[in-house]
Amino acid sequence: MCEACEDLIDPKETELDAVIAQYVREKGALIPVLQKAQEIYGYLPTEVLKRVGRGLRIPLSKIYGVVTFYAQFRLMPMGRNVLRVCLGTACHVRGGAKVLETIEQELGVKDGGTTEDQRFTLEIVACIGACGLAPTMMINDEVHGRLTAENVTEILSKYE
Amino acid sequence: MKTLLDPCCDRCTHTPETPCRDYVRCLTEGPICHDDPACKAEKQRLLKEIKPNEENQQIFVCTGTGCASCGAHNIVDSLNEEINHQGLANTVNVVPTGCHGFCEQGPTLIIEPRQILYTLVKPDDVAEIVQKEFVEGERVERLLYVDPLTNQPATTFANANFFAKQTRVVLNNCGFINPEKIEDYIARDGYKGLTNALQKMTPVEVIDEVKKSGLRGRGGAGFPTGLKWSFCRQAIGDKKYIICNADEGDPGAFMDRGVLEGDPHAVIEGMLIGAYAIGADEGYVYCRAEYPLAIKHLEIAIRQAEEVGLLGDNILNSGFNFHLFIRAGAGAFVCGEETALIASIEGKRGMPKVRPPFPAQSGLWGKPTNNNNVETWANVPHILRNGADRYAQFGTEKSKGTKIFALTGKVNNTGLAEVPMGMTLRDIIFDIGGGIQNGKKFKAVQIGGPSGGCLPDEMLDLQVDYDTLTKAGAMVGSGGLVIMDETTCMVDIARFFLNFSQSESCGKCTPCREGTKRMWEILDRITKGEGKEEDLDNLEHLAVVVKETSLCGLGQNAPNPVLSALKYFRPEFEAHIRDKNCPAHVCSALMTYSIDPDKCKKCGLCAKSCPSGCISGDKKTPYQIDVAACIKCGTCADVCKFGAVIRA
Amino acid sequence: MEWITLTIDGRTVTVPKGTTVLEACRMNEIPIPTLCHDPELSSYGSCRLCIVEIEGMRNLPPSCVTQATQGMVVRTQTTKVRDSRKTILELLVANHPLDCMTCQKMGDCDLAKYAYEYRVTGELFKGGERRHLPLDDSNPFILRDANKCILCGKCVRACEEVQGRSVLDFSFRGFHAQVGPAFNLPYSESECVFCGSCVSVCPVGALTEKKMVGQGRPWEVEKVQTTCPFCGTGCNFDLNVKDGKVIGVTSNPEAPVNGKALCVKGRFGMDLIHNSERLTTPLIKKDGEFVEATWDEAMDLVAQKLGEVKQEHGADAISVLSSARCTNEENFLMQKLARAVIGTNNIDHCART
Ligand SMILES: Cc1cc2nc3c(=O)[nH]c(=O)nc-3n(C[C@H](O)[C@H](O)[C@H](O)COP(=O)(O)O)c2cc1C
Ligand code: SF4
Ligand code: SF4
Ligand code: SF4
Ligand code: SF4
Ligand code: SF4
Ligand code: SF4
Ligand code: FES
Ligand code: FES
Ligand code: FES
Repeated sequence: MCEACEDLIDPKETELDAVIAQYVREKGALIPVLQKAQEIYGYLPTEVLKRVGRGLRIPLSKIYGVVTFYAQFRLMPMGRNVLRVCLGTACHVRGGAKVLETIEQELGVKDGGTTEDQRFTLEIVACIGACGLAPTMMINDEVHGRLTAENVTEILSKYE
Repeated sequence: MKTLLDPCCDRCTHTPETPCRDYVRCLTEGPICHDDPACKAEKQRLLKEIKPNEENQQIFVCTGTGCASCGAHNIVDSLNEEINHQGLANTVNVVPTGCHGFCEQGPTLIIEPRQILYTLVKPDDVAEIVQKEFVEGERVERLLYVDPLTNQPATTFANANFFAKQTRVVLNNCGFINPEKIEDYIARDGYKGLTNALQKMTPVEVIDEVKKSGLRGRGGAGFPTGLKWSFCRQAIGDKKYIICNADEGDPGAFMDRGVLEGDPHAVIEGMLIGAYAIGADEGYVYCRAEYPLAIKHLEIAIRQAEEVGLLGDNILNSGFNFHLFIRAGAGAFVCGEETALIASIEGKRGMPKVRPPFPAQSGLWGKPTNNNNVETWANVPHILRNGADRYAQFGTEKSKGTKIFALTGKVNNTGLAEVPMGMTLRDIIFDIGGGIQNGKKFKAVQIGGPSGGCLPDEMLDLQVDYDTLTKAGAMVGSGGLVIMDETTCMVDIARFFLNFSQSESCGKCTPCREGTKRMWEILDRITKGEGKEEDLDNLEHLAVVVKETSLCGLGQNAPNPVLSALKYFRPEFEAHIRDKNCPAHVCSALMTYSIDPDKCKKCGLCAKSCPSGCISGDKKTPYQIDVAACIKCGTCADVCKFGAVIRA
Repeated sequence: MEWITLTIDGRTVTVPKGTTVLEACRMNEIPIPTLCHDPELSSYGSCRLCIVEIEGMRNLPPSCVTQATQGMVVRTQTTKVRDSRKTILELLVANHPLDCMTCQKMGDCDLAKYAYEYRVTGELFKGGERRHLPLDDSNPFILRDANKCILCGKCVRACEEVQGRSVLDFSFRGFHAQVGPAFNLPYSESECVFCGSCVSVCPVGALTEKKMVGQGRPWEVEKVQTTCPFCGTGCNFDLNVKDGKVIGVTSNPEAPVNGKALCVKGRFGMDLIHNSERLTTPLIKKDGEFVEATWDEAMDLVAQKLGEVKQEHGADAISVLSSARCTNEENFLMQKLARAVIGTNNIDHCART
């Protein structure tokens, strides 16, 4: 293949096609494929959904229905760090709302929003299973507990 | 280095392709097929390496989600370093484990066989622990857990009231084995229940044993497990599936997380036994994506079980085949409902379906399917290992066995507590939970999450079992116990739960989709001081309609927190509506802020922090709040060091 | 067939085994309000309006998906049932623009009908949040007002189960749930083939026939059942006639061939009837211009010309092509004409392959 053509190949697309090929014969493949696609792209652009639909032979309406049903899926690009603040029962009872307020002020975004510098996407979740340390939040895959309005700012500063 | 899993000599023929029926027993009591003292000695030696004893002391460091977030991995690393440094590597072993159940005090570590419990451990403490424990044979007193009931340091973990009053059956291994090693599980009698079932019992006998144990579903409704299995066994179908519901969406419950992270093989063994009894050859674990560690441990456990031939075809040469897959949820509470869960595995929107047909007749891909909760599955190996009678000795007449509760909220010992069914709420909250934080007064306990109800003081002597709680307007549910003190407002809590339910409603049926929204709106109005006299009757009426007409358990149970709060805390609602007053001082719109001139030291900090600039005063005049301009944010009260700002 | 006996509102009724409670009621003229049920579609059980009381069952089960069983005791009109239905209707109305006055569906709207019957006031949940979704006016055939949608899901099922297209589905969840094409794009940008099956099942004014808007109220319209002239499938439907003028087509559920299903031509192609461009008399070209003629003149001319061709070049110089838009009888006559009158086997049909 000549170099010019190689440039035209989108490595993400190749990866996505491989995922689709891996799952195409499996039953119930849509959600795992979408999860992997989101890992590859960071979110689910329309073109990707169409490609998944063609690959798995699933009507686009159904894919859109699934993507908008589950909180995990994102139709818009996300920030570099995903910040999930827990407002589950245990965290609510122990002052999660105050923590959230501080974070919202600090970042200037609300639930579902992404900061202008793409540093954080803020999400509110209900319980990450670390209730013993309430109030809690999760940044990417890391859990932070025993939060206070004071210590969250410091934790945030550790993420670029 | 040889492990317990390796064949003792070349007379052992066990491989996944040529399985030996006695494989599991052979590892702990073997060899079985030949008699060789050398082989036996070797096996016993390897077994000893796994189980703690005086020559092989073990430090069980919790690396569960909670403790990991407090730096438990650093502690494991420092411990290993220090032990090597001190030349103790031959006698002391560091074992990363799942949750000890004592997350509030994390990171926690337990030293066996001495049963020493250290809490809130930091990497800086490690050198001292190793020095004192293993060189000087003493304790690090300052890291011992101080029991809030006695104010005494607990000399062993078993002495701490938190652990002493528990009966740990399902959690028996959690925190005492390395969940990433199948041999640790086998060394503690793992897969013996499966061996019993495959070697000695027909599928129907297995179901009968489970029926006899009285085990009921731990996922919420408490349906008898053996009976459920028999429906699926009797259903006609060429293919059957079983599912493990690990969606654990109830905010404030994390026992399933604890079990999956800490003892994944127990769930796998339970599913194997169930699959054998039901006649299923494929299974799925549907685990919420918010539990990455649980998924990781399960993946490792499945791979290991496949490698030794405990999952796959012709398991232990019995002709029984079983394959297990994991599906990660994608963030929808309603997918805990079994028909929605099935739809989700099929790759669809997680919308519940009307029943009948029940999953036992037509479930996953239209095939007979049996779904149980993580904790339910994890109970099964114990029943098959020790017999139904041993199991049924715990619990009440209609609710057998133990149940894990997640204690959270304003209680001293947050964590996981496993107790026999029938223990009173008071015992759980005050003995195990160590009472209310900061000496505050108990107000209510929310049991069963968004589907359950809140119970007041008067109900503390209620026995916790399925039927008693349902009668009281709550439910065991997943087993979340959120403890609330006098600073919790019940209207706010009801609104909180309704907000949860309405945002998790799938939107399929009218009463839940539209009704929970309107219920939330009424509650929201009340907390804002805009409640009307007729609101409570309307709310109650609507709650009953939503309860009685919704399609699935989410809508049918969503009104429970409201109905129980109205039943037990109606005056608090009325105070909000009639007197525009929040007795717990939570609902900000109903609060007024003022400054006590006698307490005010005139520092002016409040005025500086007030976002609406409505506090005036100076070095000579005590500060004052312009009530009309106050936005009731509460900042002044938070910043005032002298407690001069009064919330009322 | 096995039969079972049950009691509904004190009446003993006997129905075949496998019947739902709703069907049992309908067989016996016991009225039950339904919004999401359609006998031609799979059961969904979502609107919850068809709830009844059944002895021994907890809560209020929906009759459309509950099997009738031997000895069952059903009550369909108790205060509790009626109260609950009313509350459900109040909930729907609270999130619905009450535009009945200008709504095309007025007079044929199930929601309006039941709201009236159950004395819904719209007061109970007044002032709460409501949807404000854009109108889909993108195509000439179907007008979609998602604000009127009650999420019964019938259109979704019709598109999938009747038409096999799956253009529509639910999106989002809870209070924010919607029904529409992927990405909630306008119909015109979706894969829709405009068969209108979705329109035919919609119980409210969320999906309406655009060309009928403003043309007439249901009570002013006479329905005339007819066979579609467009193709040989022979679908049946109702012409909606007002003041002697066809204003549109609606499905006739009794249609033997097609039920409620139609294609875009049959459902939306009837405006040709009153098109001013339409030919109403034969035209004969004289001196390069088409000139109106009588049928007799036209027939004579055709017969004369065909006769001349046959005489000069033989019968096989003539070939006859007939149309899928003709009925079987007409096609039969055509081949008779070709073979017996003209004397050629050169007869073919546009839909032969
Ligand atoms: C809205 C809703 C959420 C649920 N969430 C869970 C859950 O997270 N985990 C669970 O095991 N069961 C959950 N259930 C209960 C399941 O539907 C089902 O009854 C249970 O998994 C059966 O297992 P068991 O018989 O072992 O209890 C939920 C039910 C509803 C209605
Ligand atoms: S009750 Fe709620 S969650 Fe359940 S089907 Fe109805 S709308 Fe969906
Ligand atoms: S509550 Fe907030 S707005 Fe009111 S006086 Fe205090 S700081 Fe100012
Ligand atoms: S859809 Fe029915 S209820 Fe709604 S505006 Fe139209 S006629 Fe009225
Ligand atoms: S017109 Fe036909 S194809 Fe188009 S959405 Fe409706 S049912 Fe589907
Ligand atoms: S558009 Fe009509 S048929 Fe479709 S879901 Fe809405 S109300 Fe039902
Ligand atoms: S044109 Fe369409 S509606 Fe008419 S008969 Fe043919 S398929 Fe049916
Ligand atoms: S409620 Fe916040 S972690 Fe569980
Ligand atoms: S996570 Fe460590 S004790 Fe629970
Ligand atoms: S008609 Fe039965 S639930 Fe809608």
